[in-house]
Amino acid sequence: MGSYIPSTPAERREMLSAVGVSSFQELYRDVPEEMYRPDLDLPEGKSELEVARILTALAGKNRAFPTVLRGAGAYDHYIPSIVKYIPAKEEFLTAYTPYQAEMSQGILQSIFEYQTMICRLTGMDVSNASVYDGATAAAEAAAMCRDRKRRVTLISAAAHPDTIQTVKTYCYAAGEAVEVIPEKDGKTDLAALEAMLTPEVASVYIQQPNFYGQLEDVEKIGEAVHQAGAMYILGCNPIALAILQTPREAGADIAVGEGQPLGMPLSYGGPYLGFMATTAKYMRKLPGRIVGQTVDAAGARAYVLSLQAREQHIRREKASSNICSNEALCALTAGLYMAAMGPAGMEKAAKQSMAKAHYLAEKLRALPGVELVYSGPFFHEFVTTLPHTAEVLSALEEAGILGGLPIAGGVLWCATEKVPKAELDRAVEIVKEVLGRWS
Amino acid sequence: MELIFEKSVPGRGTEYLPACDVPEVSLPEGLSRKAPPKLPELSETDVSRHYTQLCQRVYGVNCGFYPLGSCTMKYNPRIDEEMAALPGFTGIHPLAPEGATQGCREVLATARRLLCEITGMADMTFQPAAGAHGEFTGVLLIKQYHDARGDRKRCKILVPDSAHGTNPATAAMCGYQIVNIPSGPDGCVDLEALKAALGEDTAGLMLTNPNTLGLFDRNILEITRLVHGAGGLCYYDGANLNAVMGLARPGDMGFDCVHLNLHKTFATPHGGGGPGGGAVGCKEFLKAYLPKSRLMDGGDGIQVRSFAGNFLVVVKALAYLLTLGKEGVPQAAENAVLNANYLLARLKERYTPAYDGLCMHEFVLDLSQLKKETGVSALDLAKTLIDYGMHPPTTYFPLIVHEALMLEPTETESKQTLDQAAEVFLNLWDLAHEDPGYMHEAPHHAQIRRPDEVRAARTPILCQPE
Repeated sequence: MGSYIPSTPAERREMLSAVGVSSFQELYRDVPEEMYRPDLDLPEGKSELEVARILTALAGKNRAFPTVLRGAGAYDHYIPSIVKYIPAKEEFLTAYTPYQAEMSQGILQSIFEYQTMICRLTGMDVSNASVYDGATAAAEAAAMCRDRKRRVTLISAAAHPDTIQTVKTYCYAAGEAVEVIPEKDGKTDLAALEAMLTPEVASVYIQQPNFYGQLEDVEKIGEAVHQAGAMYILGCNPIALAILQTPREAGADIAVGEGQPLGMPLSYGGPYLGFMATTAKYMRKLPGRIVGQTVDAAGARAYVLSLQAREQHIRREKASSNICSNEALCALTAGLYMAAMGPAGMEKAAKQSMAKAHYLAEKLRALPGVELVYSGPFFHEFVTTLPHTAEVLSALEEAGILGGLPIAGGVLWCATEKVPKAELDRAVEIVKEVLGRWS
Repeated sequence: MELIFEKSVPGRGTEYLPACDVPEVSLPEGLSRKAPPKLPELSETDVSRHYTQLCQRVYGVNCGFYPLGSCTMKYNPRIDEEMAALPGFTGIHPLAPEGATQGCREVLATARRLLCEITGMADMTFQPAAGAHGEFTGVLLIKQYHDARGDRKRCKILVPDSAHGTNPATAAMCGYQIVNIPSGPDGCVDLEALKAALGEDTAGLMLTNPNTLGLFDRNILEITRLVHGAGGLCYYDGANLNAVMGLARPGDMGFDCVHLNLHKTFATPHGGGGPGGGAVGCKEFLKAYLPKSRLMDGGDGIQVRSFAGNFLVVVKALAYLLTLGKEGVPQAAENAVLNANYLLARLKERYTPAYDGLCMHEFVLDLSQLKKETGVSALDLAKTLIDYGMHPPTTYFPLIVHEALMLEPTETESKQTLDQAAEVFLNLWDLAHEDPGYMHEAPHHAQIRRPDEVRAARTPILCQPE
């Protein structure tokens, strides 16, 4: 049986006696007898070698596809080797939230640098230290925007379905209204939105690029939102932001997004991280940890957890959010990824993802029965019709390729810089071959 | 040390990607950003050294004693990390077909079965990403339960005054009014105050047991019976489960739902503030209200995060659970409690505990007498400990104890470590009387001296200007 308890049986006896009890049971004398020490149905403890065998076997029951043409909120980008190694350093891994600034400058500075990079990527003035993921970032942003008069949240039907559902859940919790803006041709329906912009609307959430990969007319939407006096939240893909108009340029008040593409593996959905940034005006409404720069008693530059008056451990029920632990190590990873890639590397990843998705789209649409469902410009995802979807996807899977995601009305494809042209060509050949069986 | 931006040299960088092998395409007119983001431009050597320097300015559990109360800073086994880093886990897309994700599903199912057994619950979700997120999910189970019954008059959540700040903050996020229940002189829930607060408007009670004073509430069965009698539900905040795991189950105490901090009790690392795991378990009658992923599971249930949560954290917790097993789980709890009581017994030579008697996995010292005698505060003592290579305990919490220092040594510390820590604490008691001025100024040998937090809040610098 494995155990991480260092004290020997002799030491335990010595310690029990120093405490003034004769058994462990005496330490639990406040626990009602009828519930003490239940007979639990748990397996016997195991050695490290046995545990490694079991979990390695479980990992072996999964199938990791060498080529991934599926995104839908989780993106298979290339992760430089250094980005995998540094966050595994034990100090980064095993530290607590940096409450004690005097012995946590490394973590605090890494978060300050992450915040700065997120600001530069989004064009915003202030970023927090991360929240759980892109969906919770959207929900927290919506909560930031509500005031006494304006309580309604609007979210585009073209946003990620998990984001919509999470925002709806947070609004349900708070007892606040949320309405979904209809989509038209794979984009937010601007006319419908304009009709929904009543004086009660607090914020509007738009995703760019949206769930279907389509690029929204974010500037025009922003003008309508601001004209109605509401706040504008943009959900962004951080890789796309290397080349795409920033949320600031598009007029957003709050920029949020799923940070997973910044160096985090797919990992069956997590850990990921949500980034959140806003303008100076809304700084004190931003939830979560925020690191600030200051000086120490000797006048040297130092970093601390700042603006804590917003937070639950000070404000309790009046806090801006209940968030405590966030995704600090993922934020460190994201900062490290951006530092390693640099502006040129990020731009390359973005441009190649977009180019490869367009190449794949062109090749696929040349096949019989395959058409692009939406006509607008897209980044690295697109929807096609696909006859015999199940057969095509399973043929791709047999060949080691995870194809697009079946959604209502078609299949949502994605390509990143990681997929070489030869693999895209091979995927198209397989699709062609399967479709040929029916022609 | 320099910021990473101060090390940047225009034009420097490492090529990680090959040249583009398909025709390039451009963004439509007006959709490009005006200028590239001003990210640092560095060689890989620069990046490696920068983060190594940062790493040298971090104090983790692997560095030394970390008796941070309520945080359960136990040792994080390396094998758990190695298993979570297997490509068969990291390389799996959350929306991959069922046949390709059997291993992930089995990890979740096994962890769910073991943790339900430990907590006495019928089902569990791993979607919440941290403790506070688990609280939010748990209180939403309560809310959905009352709503489904059309019982809309229940607008209040009861929270003891010793609770973590996340409890009232969570209840407020769920639209509830918060009723603070005072602690009795014994540090436990005041039953008369509880009875007085209960009524037709009670949605539920949020309780940590053992509580933040390190005391197991011996009236727990009476407390949950009273709440149920009033039509409310009972929520167990699992922050302190490490004291009783394998020895007493929240389900048997009468709780209807529970959150666990996988990053406390089940040894997954804290990562400097996440990622955590806030698994939420519930009894049979609440199962239908557990969150789902719209894309992975379909349906229209509540959802608190995308996909299935912090999956790799669950892999680590499962590796830990399999290692400890049936005997190891209660043994960890017992030794956590023994270590806390041993350290308390040693410190009692000088220091005053907030509550006398035995404690569970943690205890609170009340330094108000020391402060009165010497002027040395709990903060001064905490900061001086840093000079002795030890992470300070939690300070000024719970709020109901003045000059509180809260210590939780955990089971993974040896008697030698506890003895050394006790020596340091006792020496500092003497130092406080001999040279309080020195302690007001502490730390003297840390990475920085005390930071100016007022300045940080008044003139915020939250981002390095371009």
